[in-house]
Amino acid sequence: MNGENSGMDNNTTMFLGANALPRYTDLPFYSKQYRIALKNCGIINPERIEEYIARDGYRALAHALTEMTPDEVIGVMKDSKLRGRGGAGFTTGIKWEFARRSPQRPKYVICNADEGDPGAFMDRSILEGDPHSVIEGMAIAAYAIGSEEGYIYCRAEYPLAIEHLKIAIQQAQELGLLGEHILGTDFNFRLFIKEGAGAFVCGEETALMASIEGRRGEPRPRPPFPAVSGLWNKPSNVNNVKSYAMTPQIILNGAEWFASIGAERSPGTAIFALTGRINNTGLIEIPMGTTLREIIFDIGGGVPGGKQFKAVQTGGPLGGCLPAEALDTPVDFDSLVKAGATMGSGGMIVVDEDTCMVEFAKYFLTFASAESCGKCVPCRIGGRRLLEILTRISNGEGKPEDLDEIEYISRNMKEASLCALGQLTPGPVMASLRFFRAEYEAHIYDKKCPAKVCKGLITYSIIPEKCTGCMVCARNCPSGAITGEKGKVHVIDPEICERCGICVEVCKFDAIMVE
Amino acid sequence: MGKLNSVAELVDFQQRVKRELQEVKQKRIIITVGTGTCGLAAGAGETLEQIRIELEKRNIDAMINRVGCIGICVREPLVDVQLPGQPRITYANVKPPMVARIIDEHILAGQPVQEWVLGVVPEEW
Repeated sequence: MNGENSGMDNNTTMFLGANALPRYTDLPFYSKQYRIALKNCGIINPERIEEYIARDGYRALAHALTEMTPDEVIGVMKDSKLRGRGGAGFTTGIKWEFARRSPQRPKYVICNADEGDPGAFMDRSILEGDPHSVIEGMAIAAYAIGSEEGYIYCRAEYPLAIEHLKIAIQQAQELGLLGEHILGTDFNFRLFIKEGAGAFVCGEETALMASIEGRRGEPRPRPPFPAVSGLWNKPSNVNNVKSYAMTPQIILNGAEWFASIGAERSPGTAIFALTGRINNTGLIEIPMGTTLREIIFDIGGGVPGGKQFKAVQTGGPLGGCLPAEALDTPVDFDSLVKAGATMGSGGMIVVDEDTCMVEFAKYFLTFASAESCGKCVPCRIGGRRLLEILTRISNGEGKPEDLDEIEYISRNMKEASLCALGQLTPGPVMASLRFFRAEYEAHIYDKKCPAKVCKGLITYSIIPEKCTGCMVCARNCPSGAITGEKGKVHVIDPEICERCGICVEVCKFDAIMVE
Repeated sequence: MGKLNSVAELVDFQQRVKRELQEVKQKRIIITVGTGTCGLAAGAGETLEQIRIELEKRNIDAMINRVGCIGICVREPLVDVQLPGQPRITYANVKPPMVARIIDEHILAGQPVQEWVLGVVPEEW
């Protein structure tokens, strides 16, 4: 991008020089983005409430408290058609309405910041970069449902997010934006942080509330939903970090404004953490309806090293992968499900041709089954059985009936598991089986791993014509599997070889063959 | 600082801090470093330390500001330089050895180091 400026006169003044530089909005990474929840991230100092207030911070709360009834706030949220950004996509305004109608007192407002997906960092970035937007959104929700107490459930592995939240809560209290008689009104709201110990299942709302109560983080059947009986059996409203961060903007700019952005049935913006085999790793916010292709190739800059794009995983370890044919799928709650994946909370992992889809599915399955809380049988045992089958397939010991068995177990887990963790654990396996079935079959019938990843199915050998006998591979081989004299062709002993791939990396002559 | 007891007081407070921030932008050199987890993981802590050292060496009075993640994590550590009344210009992948040149050329000579510039933060952001 700097090439455009190469012809610039070095003697131009500073002002002209700056004008010749690209603006963020001219960069491919930013030109298609629309920043609502990320509006302040990277712009303001998150440790100074003054910088948040200077950019209309707490004006939405002030407006709601003095100009709107709680029902009007809920009306705006419903009209905005904001769908919960935690993944399930339930309409936020309707959720708030359920909590408001619950007669019991007290009521609680809870922020789910237990972001646990591998490769996801959306919530962390918002809490670190703009904690007040989440606090303000929670206060607005509290006013709307009639609550005076809130909890942010944030994993302890996010120390910086927690530090910034603590500072932000302290500063908001000092200015009377949290506490008693906020802005001189009758509205009181106290906010607490609960540090989670990092169990993935605690991102499930009933397990999360159990954890706040000091109990073991295990889910329970719903109904009753938290809006009726949540924390300490009282009406509670649980939303994700991103949903709360968007709330002040919706109140300030109006429901129509928000509903006009993005897709018809999924208005607003989607936030994704782009990771994996992609050039521009980062955090993006795009209008719903942007296609996967635009996200991965225009914003993300495509796959590095001239490699071929193979698949993209959305929804984390409980989501699914989509192949190249699905790249024109618009990103919104319904289109992604229709295509065979899920929106999830916002992780997006790109993989290239060097990734084995059996291994890829196995990775997520290993994660999800290790994180099963063990309370219900389908999740605890189903996940374990699926992992055994996938391990067998990747070791080259797969049986023809294994694919049917995977589908049978997956169906039962989906239907019978207690919570979303068990219901969605088979997701990555089912999606990869749907789109990359041939790859599974190659493992089972041909005993081959097409991506040359699965160690039980590949062998390393040296191409005699290319080998110069430089001895680099032999010196670097950690298991001593390579032998040969200087200047003579080397040999790899397949019995000793650990298939670590170090020889491929160190060979300067491309003389190592993987089959 | 006391409590804000009404919406009017919040609005007054907002006007005041806005004015103060504007004044700082007009008067002072502001160096902004992305120190979210992504920035720190990429070495923003070391870069920040180097900025302090190099500023002190040259006896330059600049305000150092810390912000969260602006999104393009792959280009961290990100360092913004904003001269008084000038736009905020972001440098990408700023490692400690790069700091001295940015200070000498951009802050002291008024010429941004173009080859390291990511972009100009739009005023409306």
